Amino acid sequence: MPVWGHSVADADVIPIGSGGRPGRGSGRRTTPSAAARALAGPGAAKARGARTAKTRAAAVESPAESRGVAAPGVQAAPEPGVQATAEAAVQGGQDFAGFERFIRETFGADGEAKIAEFLAFLRRRLTGDYEVDEFGYDPELTDQVLLSVLRPLAEKWFRVEVRGVENIPDTGGALIVANHSGTMPLDGLITQLIIADHTNRPLRTLAADLVFQTPFVGELARKGGATLASNDDAERLLSRGNLVGVWPEGFKGIGKPFSERYKLQRFGRGGFVSAAMRTGVPIVPCSIVGAEEIYPLVGNMASLARLLGVPYIPITPFFPLLGPLGLIPLPSKWLIEFGEPIRTDDFAEGAADDPMLVFNVTDQVRETIQQTLYALLMQRRSVFF
Amino acid sequence: MVTGVSRDAGARCARRLAADPGIDTVIGIDVVPPRAELGRVRFVRADIRNPVIAKVIAGEDVDTVVHTGVVATPGSAGGRSSMKEINVIGTMQLLAACQKAPGVSKLVVKSSTTVYGAGPRDPAMFTEEMAPRAIHQTGLSKDAVEVEGYVRGFARRRPDVCVTTLRMANWIGPQTDSPITRYFAMPVVPTVFGYDARLQFLHEDDGVEAIHHATMIDLPGTFNLAGDGVLSLSQAIRRLGRPVLRFPSFTAASTAAVVRRARLADFSPDQITFLTYGRAVDTTRMRSEFGFEPKYTTASAFDDFRASLGPGAVTTASRLVAAGLNAGLGALRG
Repeated sequence: MPVWGHSVADADVIPIGSGGRPGRGSGRRTTPSAAARALAGPGAAKARGARTAKTRAAAVESPAESRGVAAPGVQAAPEPGVQATAEAAVQGGQDFAGFERFIRETFGADGEAKIAEFLAFLRRRLTGDYEVDEFGYDPELTDQVLLSVLRPLAEKWFRVEVRGVENIPDTGGALIVANHSGTMPLDGLITQLIIADHTNRPLRTLAADLVFQTPFVGELARKGGATLASNDDAERLLSRGNLVGVWPEGFKGIGKPFSERYKLQRFGRGGFVSAAMRTGVPIVPCSIVGAEEIYPLVGNMASLARLLGVPYIPITPFFPLLGPLGLIPLPSKWLIEFGEPIRTDDFAEGAADDPMLVFNVTDQVRETIQQTLYALLMQRRSVFF
Repeated sequence: MVTGVSRDAGARCARRLAADPGIDTVIGIDVVPPRAELGRVRFVRADIRNPVIAKVIAGEDVDTVVHTGVVATPGSAGGRSSMKEINVIGTMQLLAACQKAPGVSKLVVKSSTTVYGAGPRDPAMFTEEMAPRAIHQTGLSKDAVEVEGYVRGFARRRPDVCVTTLRMANWIGPQTDSPITRYFAMPVVPTVFGYDARLQFLHEDDGVEAIHHATMIDLPGTFNLAGDGVLSLSQAIRRLGRPVLRFPSFTAASTAAVVRRARLADFSPDQITFLTYGRAVDTTRMRSEFGFEPKYTTASAFDDFRASLGPGAVTTASRLVAAGLNAGLGALRG
């Protein structure tokens, strides 16, 4: 073939797609699909499952046919793949076609789809071709990176046991109210992961303004779906039918000493109740057992904290004694229970502006969580098992 | 009558209004003669900081005043004090002149979403009723707040005048020359380490259309105008394919000073906080009450702007790498 500048006999031994095995290969690895998929973006990635099967079936057939024909036919088989790859490379200008081919040959056909998907992801990330909502939530980054990093922590390290997932509505807005503990707000992250995995819906969390002041933390929090804990943002999220998670104890909750574990602090000013009432969404109480023990807070460097403008600097049995090692959370056993939803849509108009009613509902939610916490603690055999 | 026509935005608004057959005469006002072609617009050289402006309004029998003369960059105005003079004193004089002119029945003010400031305590989206959480002591942000204050005062004193205040997100587009477009045009874009601002843009064509829309129809009130959706700063820079230099926040001010000295872009402190924390506004009222539908979303406006810039260094580099890979593979294949 003139393209190759070699005789047919030479071209015969070029190991495109053979993956190191003898012979010409099945032809599966030279399908144009992988390169095309890497460039096609998110829409194509969804339809991929169905399409791959077809493409492969077709590709397997074609070399079989051509093998029956004369020598020039042998070379015809790999050519479409090569051409498609080269064309794609020229069109895209910056794609990773060559790299991808290398990967495909090294890792085999099974890895191909995954790697193509990963490269497409990488490409979208690097060229900024993804969506961010008004709150700065980046669903792609959250699902593929942030939650994947958290998953082993939740499943292997904390061995989270979840109950009452059926209490989270499948559609429409709901406000998930949980207890806050553990010095670092890991419980928020784990709850977000649990809800994403069990209900397939993203949990949008409400975070303190300190989070958004802090470099990196604030950036990641926004991308992970958090926004400022204020009535404006909460109502905006709820009225659009999102699941919103709130930890009304705030710093009083996560920064309480270990001796006061599982004693709920004041539930803010009840702002979360009025937000739920205004939007008419149910409140789902969520009780988290186990987060208290991850960093037992035995002391607080109050003056240093004041100097740095943070609510507290924890002293745990291992931090700052062991330095960075002390940052590893203790592997406590976690139980998360979602309680029965408390409806807010049957209150009269203007209930959100009735402070007494708001306080009552706040107390009701707080009591429910506190009782569930006690019940869960009774069921737990030990802190770590 | 349109103020601030020697600058691009004002000139484009004036041209757009002049192109409308429903408007008899468009008078453009500015201190310096416009560089751009004004077409049917009649240019009158006058300073809005000077009471002479009242004579222009009375003499020309002006019925509608479109105020686009709020300056965003201290550099173009000849320093920060001069910028403040133009923005605040200019608006005061202009409004004083309007108040004395019984013929004036309409005032359209091009304001900016910078009135909301930017900070970590901001809600995700500002509606028109919300007060800023982070107050800026300097820069366009403060000027815009003061200008709007005077405009509200004028609306109170002259209830017969239809006053429309348009809080516009940053204009962007191939022709816009603003601190933001200069910032994105820098070969290496500096950002603040550890923060990723949410940005909203309004395409320049939409901005001009909105001014025209507000001038033609009586729509009193304050409206946020922005393209749909938001872009994060990192995403925007990735789309440009430009390399990023991330500086810790405490060096932001000195970096901005260096950039200013190098005449690459003109940053004021409020723009640094904007590029740190970002800002997004709610545009429900733009559709429901103002009845305006922007042609471009934030992302498509940015893409239009990007097309005018040419590829960035990262895009070029990755193209070279891809070409190199292809060549290498081609050589391997023989």
